[in-house]
Amino acid sequence: MVQPLNTLTETASQTAGPYVHIGCTPNFVGIEGIYDEDLGLVPFPKDEPGEHITITGTILDGTGTVLRDVLVESWQCNAEGTFGPGSRGFARMPSDLTTGIWTLNTVKPAAVGKQSPHIALWIVARGINIGLQTRIYFEGDDHSADPLLTRLEHQNRVETLIAKKTGDNSYQFDIRLQGEGETVFLDL
Amino acid sequence: MTLIPRNRGGHPVAYAPGYKSSVARSPKLALISGSATPSEQTGPVFGHDLLGKLDSNLILNFTGEPAIGERIIVHGRVLDENARPVPGALVEVWQANAGGRYRHKKDGYLAPLDPNFGGCGRTITGEDGSYEFLTIRPGAYPWPNGPNDWRPMHIHFSVFGHSFGQRLITQMYFEGDPLIPLCPIVKTIPDQSAVDRLVAPLDMSRAMPLDCLAYKFDIVLRGSRQTMFENKMEGL
Ligand SMILES: [Fe+3]
Repeated sequence: MVQPLNTLTETASQTAGPYVHIGCTPNFVGIEGIYDEDLGLVPFPKDEPGEHITITGTILDGTGTVLRDVLVESWQCNAEGTFGPGSRGFARMPSDLTTGIWTLNTVKPAAVGKQSPHIALWIVARGINIGLQTRIYFEGDDHSADPLLTRLEHQNRVETLIAKKTGDNSYQFDIRLQGEGETVFLDL
Repeated sequence: MTLIPRNRGGHPVAYAPGYKSSVARSPKLALISGSATPSEQTGPVFGHDLLGKLDSNLILNFTGEPAIGERIIVHGRVLDENARPVPGALVEVWQANAGGRYRHKKDGYLAPLDPNFGGCGRTITGEDGSYEFLTIRPGAYPWPNGPNDWRPMHIHFSVFGHSFGQRLITQMYFEGDPLIPLCPIVKTIPDQSAVDRLVAPLDMSRAMPLDCLAYKFDIVLRGSRQTMFENKMEGL
């Protein structure tokens, strides 16, 4: 016999299901008056220093169908490389119930250490049994020293993590859950 | 904090054909593993000023008039894998009403809406990691998956710990519900002991005489490594 470790095991995940918005963004689905506003409407105030950018995207399943019932959360540092304080840098983005497009209005994060500027994403929906972690990097940045991107065995998948520049301050980032062009998902 | 890698064996599998929605929504390729970086080791912090007076009272928080159903307290603690309490964790819940119907335009189940039940609540854990909700017991409901699949009674939970890498959404089930072992979503978890930890026992020590029953649901988040000899690595 040996001494017990007395550690606990993480609670198992379960799918967020089709009604995740009732709990996480109730005002968005018409349940008004319980919370003044939904959590994570904007990651930073309007006067936050840095380059203000808009990222839009959709999430596609293995058949190429756009998910319309998905919830995306993002977490990032500001333009100076600081996380927080409080909930600064956090956003919650329900996909549009008709088009499936989600939109993030934020500031471009700074590089942290050798890591290129990136935004952490967490994706939940019906059919997703445990939240999916991924990242948004940005077209036009130098990614040659980023520890995560440089160590990917399949370098042809790096582009699935890089948002395409579509305008002066706008980017497009589509996520493919499965199959051709499957987005890199992380276990960090 | 240096997060301990996630033990995926205690979680559901991504591709679970018995739960049909997972078939086209599960990644086929392996996850890319690595050490957590500041993006995963930090996370949003929510203050008590976020909370309204009735946010954790689902019986009254929609209209102020009581929702219909069996009154219950749901309480527990949020801990990490090192068995330390997680204070200041934002816990959000959502659920069907007593008849098994959600307040959502996509839910067309024939059970009626309760005009006084919205279906969501939230709270923030105390110094000892504890939380408490007052709600009604949600009804079981049928769903389009197999020809006659029913969800056991359940409450959906979303939890923010101290870091974005601890983010967790799960579901709480009720002790004694015969639908639990039949449920295709429960069955996405291969480890029976992990399923057992999602089932809240009746807790008569917190039930209030002539008022409500109580169920206890503790939640464990990923832990962090405690060492005096931290090797500081940049990035990964
Ligand atoms: Fe449900």
